Amino acid sequence: MKRLMNRHPGNVSRYVLGAIPFILLLILYITSSNARLAENPQDKLLPSLQSMATAVDTLATEPSKRTGDYILWNDTASSLRRLGLGLGIAAIIGLLFGIINGVIPLVRANLSPVITAISLIPPLAVLPVLFIVLGLGELSKVVLIAIGITPFIIRDLQGKVMELPAEQMIKAQTLGATTWLVILRVVMPQILPRLIEALRLSLGAAWLFLIAAEAIASTDGLGYRIFLVRRYLSMDVILPYVVWITFLAFMTDYVLRFVSTRFFPWFHMSSK
Amino acid sequence: MPIIEAKNLWKEYGDNVVLEQVNVSVEEGEFITIVGTSGCGKTTFLRMLLGVEQPSRGELLLEGKPFPNEPGEERGIVFQRYSVFPHLTVLKNTLLGAELGKSPVLGRLFGDERREAEVRARHILESVGLTQALDRYPHELSGGMQQRLAIAQALMKNPRILLLDEPFGALDPGIRADMHELILDLWKKTGLTVFMITHDLQEGFYLGTRLWVFDKIRLDPHNTNAYGAFITYDIPVGKTNGDTYEDINESLDESRRALIE
Repeated sequence: MKRLMNRHPGNVSRYVLGAIPFILLLILYITSSNARLAENPQDKLLPSLQSMATAVDTLATEPSKRTGDYILWNDTASSLRRLGLGLGIAAIIGLLFGIINGVIPLVRANLSPVITAISLIPPLAVLPVLFIVLGLGELSKVVLIAIGITPFIIRDLQGKVMELPAEQMIKAQTLGATTWLVILRVVMPQILPRLIEALRLSLGAAWLFLIAAEAIASTDGLGYRIFLVRRYLSMDVILPYVVWITFLAFMTDYVLRFVSTRFFPWFHMSSK
Repeated sequence: MPIIEAKNLWKEYGDNVVLEQVNVSVEEGEFITIVGTSGCGKTTFLRMLLGVEQPSRGELLLEGKPFPNEPGEERGIVFQRYSVFPHLTVLKNTLLGAELGKSPVLGRLFGDERREAEVRARHILESVGLTQALDRYPHELSGGMQQRLAIAQALMKNPRILLLDEPFGALDPGIRADMHELILDLWKKTGLTVFMITHDLQEGFYLGTRLWVFDKIRLDPHNTNAYGAFITYDIPVGKTNGDTYEDINESLDESRRALIE
């Protein structure tokens, strides 16, 4: 008999083992929900799967009476647009400053302390400032996401640039590269897959800031919706929305990982 | 005029003397192998030739002029590891030298210029035996092939001086022998001036035209860093006999032991 630490699951049992906790959680929910509903059919806390399906169906396929929009899709589009813009802005600024901070010691000495200081500001604490200065519109939400994750991306990429072997930098110089060409041809292509990694790590924080901003001041969005229906204890809407948000977060992560392996195969092979 | 000349060269970090009184002069086309114990300053000397370190005292001259204080195109380098770019294929790694030199804004060549550079790169890759691997990434290459690629990259720039920092130290003995042949062959064809650091004294004797031994022979037992290393042997290779090899081997052993004690 092998030691437990040396026994590995096969291909099939890996999936089965992985699926068991999900199935157990689902069974636990269904039995608890049934038990509560048997006692009180009006119970709102743990709605049945059917009532959740009906709620989702209404939100996804029937136009809202007030605006004429399909609420679920409209919320999803608004939230994803904010998230995408926030992540995109953070990625561009992060890449720019991460690289020049990492490559040019004079800029690093100049900017590194202030970036460290900014990264320590809790982003939600400046949300009121954003609302006052930028108003309650789209801009303040996008800016909150960007402010929330940009310092992390800059610091992470700066570190990754500095981890590139010094031998490579010297070699590039002996091949005739200027500072600019070292950045363009040696550092940037090697940092892009690491930028994707940093974005994947920031996804959780980005969603947090998005939902917080939508909860406080918005007229649509996934976060807005769950905080709106909270007033009516509409768990039959909140729970599917949470599952939907989780799924979207998973898909964003999956797409980023796919892009990275598709366009930077050397990165995934050599870091193995 | 000697291509490289050191006049009473010292390198110190604070109280720590690494190199002292280095006086040498190197003619174009020499192949110099450098041996010594670890911490004897041979890498520091190579870094000064690269331009990433500057002498503390004395003069280091490149064709009679003060040495450039940063790496440049006339001095190619091959390190023991990390000399090639992991995000570029073999061909693109080699092309990079031409692209970086000729295209200051985009760092890329197009059209005829690119085709010319590619022909040259293919030719050089053929001379180092990498024709079969043009489209492979460095992580798909063995250690020996990666070093061949690093040499090809350097040759693309037609450098006057080639610096090799223990280039074959991480390779298997059999592959190392192949690489010796390759580097000797390339040196004979191109007439480069080569400096090669090695920790393998036999390699130092076998390759090249001139052997330098960096060693610290004055040792203060209370302060090991009070005296620096200098060149204790500067001998033409080929005219030596077995006795010299033994002498050097013994003297290096003594310094190694002294360092440990």
